[in-house]
Amino acid sequence: MANALCRAALGFLLLLLTAAGPARAELFEAHEFKLANGLDVVVIPNHRAPIVTQMVWYKVGAADEPLGKSGIAHFLEHLMFRGTKTVPPGAFSRIVAANGGRDNAFTTHDYTAFFQDVAADRLALVMKLEADRMVNLKITDKVVTPEREVILEERRQRIDNSPAALFDEQLDTALFLHHPYRIPTIGWESEMHGLTTADAQAFYRRWYAPNNAILVVAGDVTAQQVKALAEKYYGVIPARPVPVRHRVAEPPKVAAARLTMKSPRVAEVSWTREFLAPSYRAGDKQYAYALQVLAEVLGGSADSPLYKGLVIDHPLALTAGAFYDPDVYDLATFGFTARLKNGVAVGDFEAAFDAIIKHALEGGISNDAVERAKKRMVSAAAYARDSLSGPARIVGEALATGQTLDDVENWPERIGAVTLDQVIAAAHLVIHDDIAVTGVLMPGPTS
Amino acid sequence: MMRFAPALLIVAALALLRAAPAEAVTIEKVESPGGITAWLVEDHSVPVVSTSIAFRGGAALDPDDKAGLATFAADLLDEGAGDLDSTAYQSKLEDLAASLDFDVDQDDISVRLRSLSANLGEAYDLLRLALTEPRFDPAPVARLRAELLDSLSRDLHQPQALAYRLWMKTSFDGSPYARSTRGTPQSIEAITPDDMRGLVKARFAKDVLVIGVVGDITPAALKPLLDKTFGGLPAHAAPDKLGDIALRRSDAVVVSNLPVPQSVVVFGQQGIKRNDPDWYAALIDLNILSSGGLTSRVALEVREQRGLAYSVSASLDPLRHAGLILGQVASRNARVAQAIDLIRQQWRSMHDTGPTAKELAAAKTYLTGSFPLNLDSTARIASILVSMQLDHLGIDYLDRRAALIDEVTLADAKRVARRLLEPDGLFFVVVGAPANLSAARRVAPIE
Repeated sequence: MANALCRAALGFLLLLLTAAGPARAELFEAHEFKLANGLDVVVIPNHRAPIVTQMVWYKVGAADEPLGKSGIAHFLEHLMFRGTKTVPPGAFSRIVAANGGRDNAFTTHDYTAFFQDVAADRLALVMKLEADRMVNLKITDKVVTPEREVILEERRQRIDNSPAALFDEQLDTALFLHHPYRIPTIGWESEMHGLTTADAQAFYRRWYAPNNAILVVAGDVTAQQVKALAEKYYGVIPARPVPVRHRVAEPPKVAAARLTMKSPRVAEVSWTREFLAPSYRAGDKQYAYALQVLAEVLGGSADSPLYKGLVIDHPLALTAGAFYDPDVYDLATFGFTARLKNGVAVGDFEAAFDAIIKHALEGGISNDAVERAKKRMVSAAAYARDSLSGPARIVGEALATGQTLDDVENWPERIGAVTLDQVIAAAHLVIHDDIAVTGVLMPGPTS
Repeated sequence: MMRFAPALLIVAALALLRAAPAEAVTIEKVESPGGITAWLVEDHSVPVVSTSIAFRGGAALDPDDKAGLATFAADLLDEGAGDLDSTAYQSKLEDLAASLDFDVDQDDISVRLRSLSANLGEAYDLLRLALTEPRFDPAPVARLRAELLDSLSRDLHQPQALAYRLWMKTSFDGSPYARSTRGTPQSIEAITPDDMRGLVKARFAKDVLVIGVVGDITPAALKPLLDKTFGGLPAHAAPDKLGDIALRRSDAVVVSNLPVPQSVVVFGQQGIKRNDPDWYAALIDLNILSSGGLTSRVALEVREQRGLAYSVSASLDPLRHAGLILGQVASRNARVAQAIDLIRQQWRSMHDTGPTAKELAAAKTYLTGSFPLNLDSTARIASILVSMQLDHLGIDYLDRRAALIDEVTLADAKRVARRLLEPDGLFFVVVGAPANLSAARRVAPIE
């Protein structure tokens, strides 16, 4: 199996999963309500198996960190497993496991999310545990010291051991000149070493509150059951003032940037070109749907211009594709990636790439291609309901980045309404070579 | 064990209750008029059908000078078949919103097809073409050959891939399991389209075929599809002449130098095969010793208490002709020796004294309770149906599984820990620049 999408694949798949046809609301039977303390609750009944997933999403991520404390949002995510006034360090996951459940958590620039998958009759138990650590977390030097080593090992495993990941980190700093999306979620190593117990406590107190969280429960439950349990366990936690998420604005980009990295630890040239783009919430957001269709048209299929042009017809690359993920709170990234065939000069590849994009921008995108892309995207949406946690993740991410449940439910209609003209306008809005960030990671000795 | 606060005594008691049963799914054996058998789980809640199939016999059956043949051929099955060239075939699949994936491991060739139920007939027809009339056109053959060669050279730079390859190569020296499923650059260069046609003819046969179907389809609708899709396959595959493959003992630790900040370690020993009568006791022992979560003895020592690694785990990894226990850990170069020592210590302690009654009870509720969490999507259930058939577990296995785990006694668990675990036979491959491992043999990386 060889397909056109690279980085695009994951984000795009999630997008596809957000939809489920016009009758989606009925099919999911998603319910949303708010507790008196401000906790947002979404219930997605799914009675296929006697299991549930509970997710709590905090509307805070790495882009909300104080300057110089990079990595504290993710560090706190780890520390959330290290004990409260009544649950000893490490016991959280042990209790979940001993009850036949699985748990984990993840952090991005925009949110921090925790989840447990359990038998439906254990929902009260995991709610009790999750509510407990929303307000009773105990952060001490005793757990902070070894856990800081863990996040440093995580950084080495994910980033420092991988030239491609190190290079991506540098690319982000070129794309975002000022906005904190330029800072890695895991943190800069030098700052991670300095993260303290006090830093974690301050971040926890500042952001972790019911009125800054979204509870999503999917599975073999009813909205009434969840409401009663949520009132009991989360409803007793008082609301607290939580700061407005204030991120610095990104200044206008006026220069193109080109980053090159050589590493003896890469086998072939990886090429990237990125642009700042609107998201669902920021920038010219009316283009967020057209940009998804654009990415699919340009690189999402076997006969797309990028894949057919660069991989099949004039094989300069092993893979080529486009990516775009509008599920972010501030500006998004629209980009292209390719892995070049051995021996192909970067200049030759770029000339061919540029010609394909130029042709696309100047009338080369057909109405048929747009309609087929939309049809693929919307029909694949039926797969959304074919899992327990998929819908919970989609809804949680949307709400945590400033969308509404209604936005999620109407995704197929909005994709369906995108026109060829909008796709072309979106392409012209975003793709400008004079402000592009181009990255070339190539084999070679380090200097 | 940890002290449990009073509130948690209730939780601990709850843990003794049985978690939800797996009987949410009903498996039916469907036999077509033409004699093709499939296991089916009907589920009409979503208009989707997931199909998993496997042919017994994988990369281990490739001839030595053509190692990687099965992988290479499988890569090309969706790159043109019948009258359709690569682009036409893949475009048709995309327009059906279907996905088709081929996967080759040492023992089997697997296929997964996901389709909307409305498009199932057409999707199955594409599957039939791939299995019976693949084209192996020169252009896709050249393209996928380049991609395979590229992936092999990428492996040489990735510590995780390298460590695994070195572990397998050393432990199974002289047998097919020593080879990568993707062969070597030399063997990939030597493979021709005729070799691939030979493989299709020799290996895709009814007597080695197992099928699992899950989703929006009835037995009556499935039967004719089975005959149409698989009826044309030959009755018998070329015989699999592999017998048991023995694991070779090696030095305790070998090191392959790579300039990375974090050493990546693959470790393991002789395990047991899936049909071993001690399987469930071993499953419990390994869950307690080294499961993937944060709750295992090894994770507690290496990660929670000392922050020596972000991830550390080991589990049973049965191949058809050999049993394995395989694990991994990654620690910064200065401390990896300590992580290895701790793993050995925990191995020894589990070997000597086995689990406690409390650990046994917690592992049982986890292993029985968490299994139904795997039954949340049609694709995951379909793949379980195939595994059950490949492992000869019986169609009533899901109903019996919890009892098989529950009936393991503490004496069984202790006996099996002693029988199975070899603190002195654990073999570690370290890729990186580890400190304080001077006693180890240093080996050249794979060519």
